[in-house]
Amino acid sequence: MITCGAKAGGPSLDGIDVSKSAIVQGIALIGGEPVGRGYVRLLDAQGDFTAEVPTSSEGQFRFFASPGQWSVRLLTAGATCEAKFSLRIGEPVDLVLEIAS
Amino acid sequence: MSRETSLVNSDWVSLNLSTSGVVLVEVDEDTDAYEKGHIAGAVKLHWRDDLQDKVRRDIVSKSDFEKLLSDRGIANDDTVILYGGNNNWFAAYAYWYFKLYGHKDVRLLDGGRKIWELESRELTTNVSTRPASKYVATEQDHSLRAFRDEVLAAIGKLNLVDVRSPQEFSGELAAPAHLPQEQGQVRGHIPSAKNIPWAKSANEDGTFKSDADLAELYKGAGVNVATDTIAYCRIGERSSHTWFVLHELLGMKNVKNYDGSWTEYGSLVGVPVELGA
Repeated sequence: MITCGAKAGGPSLDGIDVSKSAIVQGIALIGGEPVGRGYVRLLDAQGDFTAEVPTSSEGQFRFFASPGQWSVRLLTAGATCEAKFSLRIGEPVDLVLEIAS
Repeated sequence: MSRETSLVNSDWVSLNLSTSGVVLVEVDEDTDAYEKGHIAGAVKLHWRDDLQDKVRRDIVSKSDFEKLLSDRGIANDDTVILYGGNNNWFAAYAYWYFKLYGHKDVRLLDGGRKIWELESRELTTNVSTRPASKYVATEQDHSLRAFRDEVLAAIGKLNLVDVRSPQEFSGELAAPAHLPQEQGQVRGHIPSAKNIPWAKSANEDGTFKSDADLAELYKGAGVNVATDTIAYCRIGERSSHTWFVLHELLGMKNVKNYDGSWTEYGSLVGVPVELGA
């Protein structure tokens, strides 16, 4: 079963002026371990692609988007998962994208 | 050009890892990606340190390109296979660069680094070195490269294709959403440009869509195939991806990449700018 949770887990926001940005970030896990070779895609409210980042070696990712409805989609070998959320300026969203092993 | 002469797939690369005369080259936005793991035998090109002039805002000179490829051990008659992260953005930029300087046989790995990783193929951290060559480039082929005055003259006349995200096109964002929004330029797009994001030409795994789907995409968005075309983005790498689609896969004539892109245009004094979709 593939699930996407939503609890804190993104990279540190130290040094970033969060008051001016609509930020979503998080961590990608598979079987509880960070996904070091995965890709996270940011999709807009219509489901259209906006941006993509590879996960870091710690499984983390971050996007600077605009306020509104968004989703992220995790791609890794043999599995995917997706999470929807809304973004506001100054209120970073922290996600855990978790694929059960 | 066609898919057969400009693309290879991951199976082809796996079968040709040791083939003489085939040189794999990785070019990434994430400039540490190569060190974390790359396809065996691949050499690295750094999109900024190797492919940008160190003083002026420009691509490197012919003599610097010759030195770069000679140092990497790439010869004029090698088949160069480029690949990289971010759906081959910077690999496509390097492809355009190789064509600009007249390399005969250069191709992209369809899907780039992503398809290789999603297929769980092997990566190595062993840094590859090759014996130096004596590479000789041609003069830049400016039929492939647009400059700002051509772009201004093209407004309302030629196909201007803005390949950035809809949010960058409309002015909501100043840069791709995975980058801090700290650009000094104004926001918006060049008047009369059609917004056809590069991502619409790629599948989720990074491979290019079929020729039929690509032709329909651009036709449906109002690109007149009988008219000259200029593609642009923010710094010229995503537009290289679209230039590759239009010129190399679909075989459209007179397609140029505006590598100055929005970073240049959005900083010009007195030029027209539009906001909104």
